[in-house]
Amino acid sequence: MLSIKDLPKEKYVLPGHSACPGCPESLGLRFVGMALGKDVILVIPAGCSSIIQGVMPSSSLSMRVLNVPFASAAAVAAGISNIRGLLDIKVIPVVWAGDGATADIGFASLSGAAERNDDLIYVCVDNEAYMNTGIQRSSLTPYGAWTTTSVTGKKEGKKELPLIMLIHKVPYIATASIAYPIDFISKLRKAASIKGFKYIHLHAPCPVGWRFDPSKTVEVARLAIEVGAWILFEAEEGRVRINPPSTIYVDKSKRRDVREYLDIQGRFKGLDGREIDVIKKLIDDNWNVLLKLT
Amino acid sequence: MMTIKVLTGNYAVAEAVKLSGVNLITAYPITPQTPIVEKLSEYVDLGLIKASFVRVESEFSALAVAYGASICGARSFTATSSHGLLYMHEMLWWVAGSRVPLVMAVVTRAIGPPWNIWDEHTDLLDQRDTGWLISFAEDNQEVLDTIIQLYRITEDPRVYLPGILGLDGFLLSHTSEPVDIPDEHIIKSFLKPRSQPYTLCGDELITMGNLPRARDAMFMRYDIHLSMERAKRVIKEVDLEYSKLVGRSYGGLVECYRCENSKYLLVGMGAWVGNMKDVCDELRDEGYSVGVLKVRFFRPFPYEEVVGHLSGIRGALVFDRSISLGSLGHLHLEILARASSIGKHTIIKGLIAGLAGVDVGVKEIKESTIKFINEIEELGYVKDSSEWLL
Repeated sequence: MLSIKDLPKEKYVLPGHSACPGCPESLGLRFVGMALGKDVILVIPAGCSSIIQGVMPSSSLSMRVLNVPFASAAAVAAGISNIRGLLDIKVIPVVWAGDGATADIGFASLSGAAERNDDLIYVCVDNEAYMNTGIQRSSLTPYGAWTTTSVTGKKEGKKELPLIMLIHKVPYIATASIAYPIDFISKLRKAASIKGFKYIHLHAPCPVGWRFDPSKTVEVARLAIEVGAWILFEAEEGRVRINPPSTIYVDKSKRRDVREYLDIQGRFKGLDGREIDVIKKLIDDNWNVLLKLT
Repeated sequence: MMTIKVLTGNYAVAEAVKLSGVNLITAYPITPQTPIVEKLSEYVDLGLIKASFVRVESEFSALAVAYGASICGARSFTATSSHGLLYMHEMLWWVAGSRVPLVMAVVTRAIGPPWNIWDEHTDLLDQRDTGWLISFAEDNQEVLDTIIQLYRITEDPRVYLPGILGLDGFLLSHTSEPVDIPDEHIIKSFLKPRSQPYTLCGDELITMGNLPRARDAMFMRYDIHLSMERAKRVIKEVDLEYSKLVGRSYGGLVECYRCENSKYLLVGMGAWVGNMKDVCDELRDEGYSVGVLKVRFFRPFPYEEVVGHLSGIRGALVFDRSISLGSLGHLHLEILARASSIGKHTIIKGLIAGLAGVDVGVKEIKESTIKFINEIEELGYVKDSSEWLL
């Protein structure tokens, strides 16, 4: 079991980056650096992380970074991956893409790379809306959430992307949370040790878009797991396993009341009892599907 | 030792790629480009090309895969047509803006609706402003030779931009002609090892493409423009060097066919230039003073050569197999942009013809040319400076 003492002290996200206060993506990028070190080449489509790097000729990321068009990240990484052998290149291509770039505009290239089993790691850093353009709903925005394009609350549920990727039958998929860095780092390292397509879906609460205090990013991420709204699990060769601490919450009675998670965020303000029941049911449904797969 | 093979334009592309020492090929099938993909896929599977072949799920991803490989140092190739080219349009800008040398074949085809697989140049000329070198081939020999030349041109440090070879759908892509295949050792020494401005997969931690200051970004655009200008010299040098090794020259940027001392010139790009040359021969026999100016590279546009050849002549009839709707044909527009340098003595007329695959042969070109010449000889001007050959 990995311990925080074992992690490298090297800084992969340098002071002076352009992320908002409390940004989960700058945290996540640090974890990617800690997990995989200097061999990484980050392939970053349009999104908050395009901005976090800062203004050229400087960069706040102490890693190789290739910025690419919105829908292209998985394919660009596949190009890198496919010539590594021929050109004797050591780098590990890691796509670092938001929910919009992954589940919406870039979904075809993601699915294509997964089907071809291209040897790369794809991380979807999911802040549940188009935050970089100013909080518009994506297919990963959850039911009931306010965004600037769902001002009365989103009427549709969140696309179940980790399960969709699981059904692509790739060698490794996992969910992760920025509240559990050791879990995320271990999963990245495991992914790097496996040949083929690896998908990690990182839950990343955004204080600006979700309307909570920037000091509470990790707390909100942890609450998402404790109410059961986000489930940590992984699947190696299709064998699904729930990971701690979500293992506790298989028992529904152990989960905290979903309202604790909703009330801490401004985006769920004003939901009525029926809407909260819908959210509860969606959470239960997700658990039921996942437990059937374990 | 030289080998003559009877090849379609598409197979000439595949042969050229086989000779060019590529590391990665990626493509998505679209008529009439498909035989290129099939043949290259077969070559890779049979071990005749030592490259990775990535069978992608879209044209957009084809160019994205080629980009990822190229930016890490691979010599890459892709090919497409029409809607596929439009679908990858965003990536074209990204590749050129990243200064990544890369070669693509575009089998020109009409754009729908209605669905139409026949030849038209508008798909390729829609990529006019992307920062790619754009060339057109007249026959299948030129297809093969230009693909090889483009690898050398795009990887020249004075250029470092991607390049497209356009070949007319069906007219070249599916028409068989004898093609001389150069010796692979000659081509290997001609092409030299892969060269590019930087690679992202080395030891250095490079960030590519993050936010710029406005003036820096404008300078990057200017730098591409300067490289385009420098590419003109490189294209001519490469054509000359190639001709010394292989024995074939295409004149670099333009080819002048019987145009010395011609009073009238036909100007065009691509396969129908062959028909124009036949028309020229017939009209010369009939006493007309006619030549042909073949524009081989549309980007960078050879203003100096075009102005040089058109200055002092009586009339130029410009054939466009493309249209910028609401305006004129692309080649006509380029030439008119330098009309003041050409001078008022030269009457320039544009002819929009052969769109959507409408057949234009020797007969149509000859009739249009005679009409153009007679009108000028009789009136001293042309009634319509642009006309559709419907």
